[in-house]
Amino acid sequence: MTDLTSLTIAEAREGLAKKEFTATELTTSYIKAIDGADQLNAYVTKTPEKALEMAKASDERLAKGEARPLEGIPLGIKDLYCTKGVGAYACSHILDGFKPEYESTVSQNLWDDGAVMLGKLAMDEFAMGSTTETSYFGPVKNPWRAEGETIDRVPGGSSGGSAAAVAARICAGATASDTGGSIRQPAAFTGTVGIKPTYGRCSRWGMIAFASSLDQAGPIARTVRDAAIMLKSMASVDPKDTTSVDLPVPDYEAALTGNVKGMRIGIPKEYRVDGMPEEVEANWQQGIDWLKAAGAEIVDISLPMTKYALPAYYIVAPAEASSNLARYDGVKYGLRVNGNDIVDMYEKTRAAGFGSEVKRRILIGTYVLSAGYYDAYYLRAQKIRSLIKQDFDKAFQTVDTILTPATPSAAFELNKEITDPVEMYLNDIFTVTVNMAGLPGISVPSGKNGQGLPMGLQLIGKAFDEETLFRTAGVLEEAAGILEAPAKWW
Amino acid sequence: MAEASSKLIKGATGDWEVVIGMEIHAQVASEAKLFSGSSTKFGGEANAHVSFVDAAMPGMLPVINEECVRQAIRTGLGLKAKINNRSLFDRKNYFYPDLPQGYQISQYKDPIVGEGEVVLYMLDGEEVRIGVERLHLEQDAGKSMHDQHPTMSFVDLNRSGVALMEIVSKPDIRSSEEAKAYMTKMRTIVRYLGTSDGNMEEGSMRADVNVSVRRPGDPLGTRCELKNMNSIRFIGQAIEYEARRQIGILEDGGSIDQETRLYDPKKGETRSMRSKEEAHDYRYFPDPDLLPLEFDDAYVEELRKDLPELPDDKRDRFISDLGLKPYDASVLVASKRLAAFFEKVATGRDAQLAANWVINEWLGRINKESLDIDQSPVSADQLGAIIDLIKAGDISGKIAKDLFEIVWTEGGDPAKIVEEKGMKQVTDTGAIEAIIDEIIAKNPDQVEKVKEKPSLIGWFVGQVMKASQGKANPQAVNQILKDKLGL
Repeated sequence: MTDLTSLTIAEAREGLAKKEFTATELTTSYIKAIDGADQLNAYVTKTPEKALEMAKASDERLAKGEARPLEGIPLGIKDLYCTKGVGAYACSHILDGFKPEYESTVSQNLWDDGAVMLGKLAMDEFAMGSTTETSYFGPVKNPWRAEGETIDRVPGGSSGGSAAAVAARICAGATASDTGGSIRQPAAFTGTVGIKPTYGRCSRWGMIAFASSLDQAGPIARTVRDAAIMLKSMASVDPKDTTSVDLPVPDYEAALTGNVKGMRIGIPKEYRVDGMPEEVEANWQQGIDWLKAAGAEIVDISLPMTKYALPAYYIVAPAEASSNLARYDGVKYGLRVNGNDIVDMYEKTRAAGFGSEVKRRILIGTYVLSAGYYDAYYLRAQKIRSLIKQDFDKAFQTVDTILTPATPSAAFELNKEITDPVEMYLNDIFTVTVNMAGLPGISVPSGKNGQGLPMGLQLIGKAFDEETLFRTAGVLEEAAGILEAPAKWW
Repeated sequence: MAEASSKLIKGATGDWEVVIGMEIHAQVASEAKLFSGSSTKFGGEANAHVSFVDAAMPGMLPVINEECVRQAIRTGLGLKAKINNRSLFDRKNYFYPDLPQGYQISQYKDPIVGEGEVVLYMLDGEEVRIGVERLHLEQDAGKSMHDQHPTMSFVDLNRSGVALMEIVSKPDIRSSEEAKAYMTKMRTIVRYLGTSDGNMEEGSMRADVNVSVRRPGDPLGTRCELKNMNSIRFIGQAIEYEARRQIGILEDGGSIDQETRLYDPKKGETRSMRSKEEAHDYRYFPDPDLLPLEFDDAYVEELRKDLPELPDDKRDRFISDLGLKPYDASVLVASKRLAAFFEKVATGRDAQLAANWVINEWLGRINKESLDIDQSPVSADQLGAIIDLIKAGDISGKIAKDLFEIVWTEGGDPAKIVEEKGMKQVTDTGAIEAIIDEIIAKNPDQVEKVKEKPSLIGWFVGQVMKASQGKANPQAVNQILKDKLGL
């Protein structure tokens, strides 16, 4: 029998339906693979007993011919999602020992569709970071290494655990979340597909909040089809999240027609940034050529507000975070470091509980919301946000989707000394605009660079038009060829 | 202006005017909290009414309770205020153990209700108009308990997330009497509307009172805020104390520090709680978890249609349709149930007579015995029957008071009681004449005197009433006496 972990979700779904193997066998293969991949540090919490229990239930369903869309498919869940009875820490020390009594809507949707939970996946603390190095549980290693090298590389972030686990075949697919690029950038760094759907497509209920107006759930998977299958199950309107949108969730797989003839693809000139590596530029051109060859029309467009997106994002996101993270005070749950009085307890708890990146963003956020600075920072950032949306509205009058690089580079080395946080923030330069505008964006593998590391392209779509993204990404994937698994070194 | 000057406070160096603005917090009458489905019941075991949202568990989101929105709109309509079809919820950020989210969801720049007005009918007949600046919805906090454990404080989150309406007045109030009347009126309005139970003892209505003083005609002085006042009487006392405290400082050449103060009812004084420098920077910003609150005019009109008659409208109707004295009308509309009781008594009867009986006898007795209106042993029908007996001439006003006492303590049908106890007054002129003839015959001296001094007829009336055991009809007695004595 072939290694069951090599199967995509679509393939596993077929194998289970044909009874070539059982959900228990499939799950067992993954549990073994996970135990053999501790070096990657992708899992924060493993739940093998729960997985086998769920797999058994799936097998019963499969036997009765009552299979649901994700019946028996083993998935990893980003630690940001609250999962009933299973630790949910957002990879922060401050949520030490926290086990929610409730299940997030998105993960519940997956279980309701028959998926099996393998465990919780590492992330940057509170999703703040682009490398997964800010996780309290230590950095995650990218399963990809440069050819002929043994140097560890970052999987990107914040959904680095999700991306690494999917790339390393230690889950069939994973949930992730994206506030400024946290799905798309790690997907690009690990040769996986990641989609951040339109804001409001998935419920945020039960997702530990970073920046409420930007956070959105999405899947990371091995193929475009797998991502389509997962998003279909994850998305829903939710009465418990009034920012979720009551629109029917289409059959995204049906959008994978492979046909982009006559589709108009926008190429924004502002995304040709200074100092962009040649290989990124070349990869982008390659993507343009592939789509052109498939019959799409290439249109040069302008998104003039692009340069303001990153600074505006680093005002809005920390502002919301500074308030969202106020609840972690040692009073109700998680870590408590006792003090002489209540203020001393707050200070000691938060000093010990939060890592330096989280503290930095809380400080920035507190500052930009302060009396006397609010108008100059927060209000202006919100104005820029409106202008960014207008940019896209205008562009989408003439194009169907926009093609850009996903990241300014391929995966870089772990523990790279970055003294200037702004340098780290630049990782999000191609992705934050999409969050600021609330639009959907997908990152799809587009070959490898000279060192043999995966590269990714991003497609940006109109609000709630994830179907066009899946269709176009499918064409790019077909042209680039589905990446083989990274050579196993762990 | 005589009225204005009477409100001024006399200082050592001249007159001072006190300027007051109030922020009233009224708990919205609703089954569930503002953003969660938890019960709003008062009391209950600590932390019995707490959902994951109320405890600010990670990943929890607020969902607006539409009934609270409707209640706020109803209250706005009751205050004749502008209803804003689009309002925003903001986060007010500060750390406190009984504030689990680390922020209170409130409305800062765009409240649900804008400017309105409240009319006060003062005891001296003056009408005072107090502007309402705004009304907004916000969450209540939980309760910290510091007396449960030697080294720890406990937190009860039952109230955490309960919906409050904050009603902000303009600085239009000019005396402690007006402040008390404003608070009373506001409580009457929300109770009429059913939008808050207005229960100050249970904390479901409380006020922050801003007090400053100035020389008449001068610009506004520096204000101090008296926090968390939960008794109308204390509001009056606190303002009196605070105004005199400020006047004292200013007359001594000092200046007022803007600060938050607490009133200590035991000592009858206010003391500093925190200064302006210690004030929080709340870092308000729109709550990204909540969409703007929007509704159309039709939604508001639907609510307007179902509003009950408001106290001022009822007062006007009592005066114009029933012919009540304005003062009596004001007294009767102060409570919806009192007004309803009165109306029941007054239906088909002399309204002013009914008002006199409801206010003087019935309400007087209710208040004297500290009863709730619903606990009255005398029903509207019983009181009406007593009035009917007076009107029919069956009993005198004096006998009626005795009858009221019997009905109050023993109950029963007033007409039957009168019958059984022989309380009916004697209107048979023959019987009265016989008594009078006897008295005249026995008292020739008095008969001589009354001719000189007609007011002595009172003595004869007294004798007749005594002889008839109070049952003789006084009008008839008077008439017959006058005839017989030739007056």
